Amino acid sequence: MSISSQSDLVSAEISPHEFSQLWRASRRESLGRAWYKFSRNPLSLIGAGTVLFVIILAVFAPYIAPYPEHVKPFTDFANASNPPSSSHWFGTDEIGRDILSRIIFGYRFSLTMGLVVLSIVVPVGVFLGLVAGYFQHTWFDTIIMRITDIFLAVPPLILALSVASILERNLLNSMLAVCLTWWPWYTRLVYGITTGLRNEFFVTSAEITGASKFHILFREILPNCISPVFTKMSLDMGWVIIIGASLSFVGLGVQPPNPDLGTMVAAGRRYLPDEWWMSVFPALAIVLVVLGFNLFGDGLRDLFAAENS
Amino acid sequence: MSEAILEVRDLKKHFVVDHIGTFRRQPVTVRAVDGISFDLQAGETLGLVGESGSGKSTIAYILAGMYRPTQGRIHFRGLDLFSENGKRPLFLKKEIQIVFQDPGSSLNPRRTIAQNLAVPLQIHKPDKNIMRETLRLLELVDLPAIYMYKYPNMLSGGEKQIVAIARALATDPSFMILDEPTSALDVSVQGKVINLLMRLQSDLDLTYLFITHDLSLMRNIATRVAIMYLGKICEISKGSEFFQNPQHPYTQMLLSSIPVVSKDEEKLKPAKMIPTGEIPSPVNIPPGCSFNTRCPKKMDVCFEIDPDFVEISRQHFARCHLFGQTQKQG
Repeated sequence: MSISSQSDLVSAEISPHEFSQLWRASRRESLGRAWYKFSRNPLSLIGAGTVLFVIILAVFAPYIAPYPEHVKPFTDFANASNPPSSSHWFGTDEIGRDILSRIIFGYRFSLTMGLVVLSIVVPVGVFLGLVAGYFQHTWFDTIIMRITDIFLAVPPLILALSVASILERNLLNSMLAVCLTWWPWYTRLVYGITTGLRNEFFVTSAEITGASKFHILFREILPNCISPVFTKMSLDMGWVIIIGASLSFVGLGVQPPNPDLGTMVAAGRRYLPDEWWMSVFPALAIVLVVLGFNLFGDGLRDLFAAENS
Repeated sequence: MSEAILEVRDLKKHFVVDHIGTFRRQPVTVRAVDGISFDLQAGETLGLVGESGSGKSTIAYILAGMYRPTQGRIHFRGLDLFSENGKRPLFLKKEIQIVFQDPGSSLNPRRTIAQNLAVPLQIHKPDKNIMRETLRLLELVDLPAIYMYKYPNMLSGGEKQIVAIARALATDPSFMILDEPTSALDVSVQGKVINLLMRLQSDLDLTYLFITHDLSLMRNIATRVAIMYLGKICEISKGSEFFQNPQHPYTQMLLSSIPVVSKDEEKLKPAKMIPTGEIPSPVNIPPGCSFNTRCPKKMDVCFEIDPDFVEISRQHFARCHLFGQTQKQG
């Protein structure tokens, strides 16, 4: 390379605008590649489609549900316990409410449960895992990780049940109970990644150049935790929804007449097996959303695994 | 004669690896670096050679500030690198930079090359245009400017190492520690990286501590060579003298084991020395000279007394009882 062309390169001004354009272009390219890989697996696509479908149902429930008024206190004994028909696709329950409408509204509670729990649990768990992992073999690490171990030793459902049964029975408290059982999983996950990364040369290099602890934790290590955490989040959505439904099944979560899927399964249980539609359709609705999130999460995991190799 | 920019005196680093005993816990230590002294002149390349586990990288990490030495002093331009209060000031971090052995883990895989290069720039040159500095660095190491948008996994091993070199240069250091910078690379790329390092040294007046176990490479680039064995330096001499007139039995053994093709090359090497014995464990180094388990010229004294580091001719030091008397003649 001649001297003149070298100086041309340096003097070639790249404006902030051009810089951001180039950056966005490379970003688009890698996103496009990721979508291509993801879309090659039919199961991931089915999962993503199911999740999208459920989200649309929940968001637009008042417009989609055939009988939105059946969600509020409502009785119609003339049409009670009707089997599935063209007017009530999933049948009606013991006081004449349309089960399909109640399932569609029930998704609102399920998704709220999952989203609220994860958006509280993930930042807390990730932060504790990062700090404990980076300061491995210090008193801070010991305290955090022993508390984590104690929580992990109790089965999540049992712990959530016992916490929720102490508190007043409503959605907020059942979310609180699930939060309390769920953060250690993220702490463990991020702790493992962080302890592996803290001796990598790029972290060492930042340390010996004089980078702050904040920079190392949140700029160097955290970006490397993003993909496993996102994968776990999409898988956990399903699990949290199941735990939430279990709590309302035993009567500790959403209270009637609010249409929670778990509550509906519990209510229809008394009429099994003759009037099976009352609990089978809500149960299938739970299966659908959990399966959707699991397939979607598996697809994400494969995508990130391919990216890292 | 140029000034010594780095003075290392009686440097020791012992790692506690375990404890033995049930009641009175005795620490088990590995003497990774055990009493090393050397000087580094401005602008030179000191080659530090030794087999795996001889403590080469430990020296690099101590100089870079990753470890505190157990004992000993290191002065950089007259300033103590490990003063009492512990923290190394920023202007010393700026002057001393390190390039690591493994280019794969040297760069953060989740950040672009520009973001990787920005780390030292933001700390040491906060008032400069980061963008322009990044371009200047990439140009300095002959990489296309568009590379700043790439992620490390889009680069080859050699390119990653070149980016790691660019990052080390970001702070305008005067002293660079190169910890086996080419040993993880393809032979075809090694030459390119070495040429780049040599060009940068003359363009930017850098001083190198070049750690490697490749003796042939040393011959081409080192102004002086130090050879390490089990945490101690056996021999230091000028590069040319090191290869033509090796004195320490270990050096002779190493040089005689370099594979060559022709008979003419064979003549240039010291007489073939067959190594015997085993390398002792660094946890349990025998008394006397640490090389006494393998030395073909061992004497009774070697099993009792650890030899001193003596100057056997001008600028040529060795640690061996064979030269105990030549000290006064020289």
